[in-house]
Amino acid sequence: MIIEALIAVTFLAALVVFVAPDEYAGRLAAALSALPILGSLWMWAQYDASGNALLGGSIAFETDVVWLTLGGLDLHWFVGVDGISLPLVVLTTILTTLAIISAWTPIAERQSQFYGLMLFMEANLLGVFTALDFFAWFVFWEAVLVPMYFLIGVWGGPNRRYAAIKFFVYTNIASLVMFIGFIALVFGLGDSVSSMRLPEIAQALRAGELGGFAGLDTATLKTVAFVATFLGFAVKVPVAPLHTWLPDAHVEAPTPVSVMLAGVLLKMGTYALLRFNFTMMPDVATALVVPIAGIAVISVIYGAMLALAQEDLKRIVAYSSVSSMGYVILGLVAYTTYGVGGATFQMIAHGLISGLMFMAVGVIYNTTHTRMVGDMSGIADRMPVTAGIFVAGAFGYMGLPLMAGFAGEFFIFKGSFESTVHAGMPLFTAAAMFGIVIVAGYLLFAMQRTLFGPFSFDGEYEITNAPFHDVAPLAVLLLLTIVLGVAPDLFFGMIQDAVNPILNGGGL
Amino acid sequence: MFDVALQSEPVAAWTAMLPAILLGLTGLVLLGIDTLYPEETSNTLLAAVSAAGSLLAFAVAAWFLVAGTGQEHTGGAISLFGDTMVVDGMSLFFTLIFTVVTAMVAVAAYDYLADHAHRAEFYSLVLFAATGMTLMSMANSLATIFISLELASLPSYALVAFLKKNRGSVESGLKYFLIGSVSSGVMLFGISLVYATTGSLILGDVASALGEGTEMVGVLGVGVLMIAGGVAYKTASVPFHFWAPEAYEGAPAPISAFLSSASKAAGFAVGFRIFVEAFPLGAIPAGVDWVLAFQVLAVVTMTLGNFAAATQENVKRMLAYSSIGHAGYALIGLAALTAGGPNGDVLGASMAHLLVYGFMNTGAFLFIAMVEHWGVGRTFEDYNGLASVAPIAAVAMTVFMFSLAGLPPFGGFLSKYALFFSAIEAGFWWLAAVGAINSALSLFYYSRVVKAMWIESPAKDLEIESRPVGLYAAVLFAGLGTLLLLPGFGPVIETAQSVAAALF
Repeated sequence: MIIEALIAVTFLAALVVFVAPDEYAGRLAAALSALPILGSLWMWAQYDASGNALLGGSIAFETDVVWLTLGGLDLHWFVGVDGISLPLVVLTTILTTLAIISAWTPIAERQSQFYGLMLFMEANLLGVFTALDFFAWFVFWEAVLVPMYFLIGVWGGPNRRYAAIKFFVYTNIASLVMFIGFIALVFGLGDSVSSMRLPEIAQALRAGELGGFAGLDTATLKTVAFVATFLGFAVKVPVAPLHTWLPDAHVEAPTPVSVMLAGVLLKMGTYALLRFNFTMMPDVATALVVPIAGIAVISVIYGAMLALAQEDLKRIVAYSSVSSMGYVILGLVAYTTYGVGGATFQMIAHGLISGLMFMAVGVIYNTTHTRMVGDMSGIADRMPVTAGIFVAGAFGYMGLPLMAGFAGEFFIFKGSFESTVHAGMPLFTAAAMFGIVIVAGYLLFAMQRTLFGPFSFDGEYEITNAPFHDVAPLAVLLLLTIVLGVAPDLFFGMIQDAVNPILNGGGL
Repeated sequence: MFDVALQSEPVAAWTAMLPAILLGLTGLVLLGIDTLYPEETSNTLLAAVSAAGSLLAFAVAAWFLVAGTGQEHTGGAISLFGDTMVVDGMSLFFTLIFTVVTAMVAVAAYDYLADHAHRAEFYSLVLFAATGMTLMSMANSLATIFISLELASLPSYALVAFLKKNRGSVESGLKYFLIGSVSSGVMLFGISLVYATTGSLILGDVASALGEGTEMVGVLGVGVLMIAGGVAYKTASVPFHFWAPEAYEGAPAPISAFLSSASKAAGFAVGFRIFVEAFPLGAIPAGVDWVLAFQVLAVVTMTLGNFAAATQENVKRMLAYSSIGHAGYALIGLAALTAGGPNGDVLGASMAHLLVYGFMNTGAFLFIAMVEHWGVGRTFEDYNGLASVAPIAAVAMTVFMFSLAGLPPFGGFLSKYALFFSAIEAGFWWLAAVGAINSALSLFYYSRVVKAMWIESPAKDLEIESRPVGLYAAVLFAGLGTLLLLPGFGPVIETAQSVAAALF
């Protein structure tokens, strides 16, 4: 029942904060959001499960009750975690609290509504990462869009209406495409499944029980469903060329919302890709390895090139997400323990580091009220702590050893070099690795022009060290990045444990 | 158990009509109160009596439904007055929709009518209309169907024109009345044609007469088509939908809520029963393919309603057109029927959608009633920044809008899903696809309201003078219902599908 408690407590906290007075909504939200952190850490400490939740492994903290029956198919309230979802649950709870604290400075109006929506989003994100029935999962998946729409639309920058609508429309249409693809699978499976529980569907699909539907034969139906679900999730990830909503959303969103968007929301896409496409339909994934790996490489290189061309610090970090998530796709399609496990690990690492980078940019913006690279120079003189953490975070992004980003990327590259799904995989890997050079390029370039050199600043604001509560979340994230870099096994063991069944036929 | 007692001697069978009787009595009591205190009728008392009466009827109907009255496992439908009325699971299920909407409308009207004359008449007309709707869901003969339909319609005409000093209200009342009378005439003529071919008015007898074959297929076809026209009018479906935006816009907003939720559901109750019981797919001559007619009707209605809604500048008109779109979704209940298919699932899903719709659509119109009460205005621009002055009500409206659009985590998502899923199950995946696309498009205009309320800043100073208790209570109740129908949808859909299956 710990998962239900976690979700319920977060919902209740959202409600309480929503009606609380503005003066202390931020503090109250931070305090209440500590409860889910404790819960998720307790889950991590007590974690006792093995294997993949979808492929016959044991599931930790499982609840499975019938919700309703429709046309012979049971819809369940079915939640539980395995080695893939638990790290994401921990990431969600920690990052939400840090994002809430980082919102204290920039969010000045309608605060109780802001923090209420943040907590409401956290509750739904927890649902996404723990639900193991397609239906319950989809409810949470879609419910995440609603608070995000408001968070960008109400508290965002000057162009926020356009960005919020674009985000909403893009991801909602993607969800519809994905939904249709998945439902086609369920109807194709016909009587061989009696519910929409993901384990049941995954095992039935792997056992080859799919039939035709609506005039499509089995193979076509499976390919169509794979492409539909892949496209649906790819928008969320996002991969080039479906990424255009992301920079708009990021640039307009206030800092804490960008943190959640990059840190957790993008992981919904890769998590779903892993759970649905690569776990349920490995044969199609293997058959389509060239286009998928191609998309991954294009995302890596193109995203990095776009980042290189930006003048706005936040846009640089935003485009770098497209690039980093490309690595994750590459790891998934490699279909080796290190590839898929590394991709999962990289989701966590990127969540921490991109959160760190967005927060650092936010702290600089709070002080300077500008994000343009050309407007400032040498501000490390005036705000050394922030600058120091920014540099450390950037090194983590570039994949410096002993930081989480290094571990994730190393696993992915190792996995994709060793991959046997396609003869060309080493080539794809080599091309993707070139992305690291560009990443180092744009980050060093940006740092050198803004942080270092002689101090100059086009603006009226006085530049001083940021307040403690602005810097503290950064320090925590940096610490976590280093801890995970030094000891990846805090999560990597359970990740591998859950990933191996995907590669070995799921023990079927 | 009650159901056992009902069939044994001491309790007469007509007590199964208790929900309808309670509604009618409440209407009479309201008139009595007004007669006793003609000068100083207490608005509070009137609203409380109306709400209590309809909630009592709701409770009785829910109790009957749970106890199994008129359902298969307790001996089947209870037939009354020579088979002209029938109480079964379906009529009780629809009674739930009518009574809960009536209760919300009565509570909301408390504030809306605060400074109006003729309040007692308003409440009693609402309750008489609700009585008519309940009877519509029980009617089992073409004659009682027509009479109960008129009992529901006549008070509605008066209610639409209730703001008699407002030209819009009077004009739309007149339009509603004229179109309603013509449609009644059309339906009545259709009934007489069916009577001419089959020699019976009782739905079951019509079906058995058809089963023996008829030589006048053409006459029967025209009759069926004309009855379908009557149903389309009552449900505001294309091509008899023109009255709806006019009437909904001109009428007092609580009445718009009442008409677009309860009255529409009553139309569906009649449609479902007539077409399933009197013209069953197995018995109907091949030349009279009413399923095809409803397929065309469903697709056209949902598409036209949606596109018309997308072009509106007035929120109330937008909701009126979107309610036409929703009639299109509910028509899937008749459009996806097949001989021997999962008909109970399809029809039940349609009924469950109407129940959820009863909450979300009533809530949305009542929110508009609240905005009218504040005197804010009717266009999208007038709604700008409402959330900053009335955040709780704006949250409720957001719930209604997203639920109407079929977005999780709200009740409308599950009911639409059940509807489209059942259509696919019956083999009509193209019908579900049209519905799903329409549903996705509808997010555009529903989110415009949300955007106006939350994201846009008010153009002028937005001042709200009062917090109407009744309207707030009704809106929040509807919002809570819309939310709770997501986790609580299981019993609803299971009841709906089992009582619908009993019809076949």
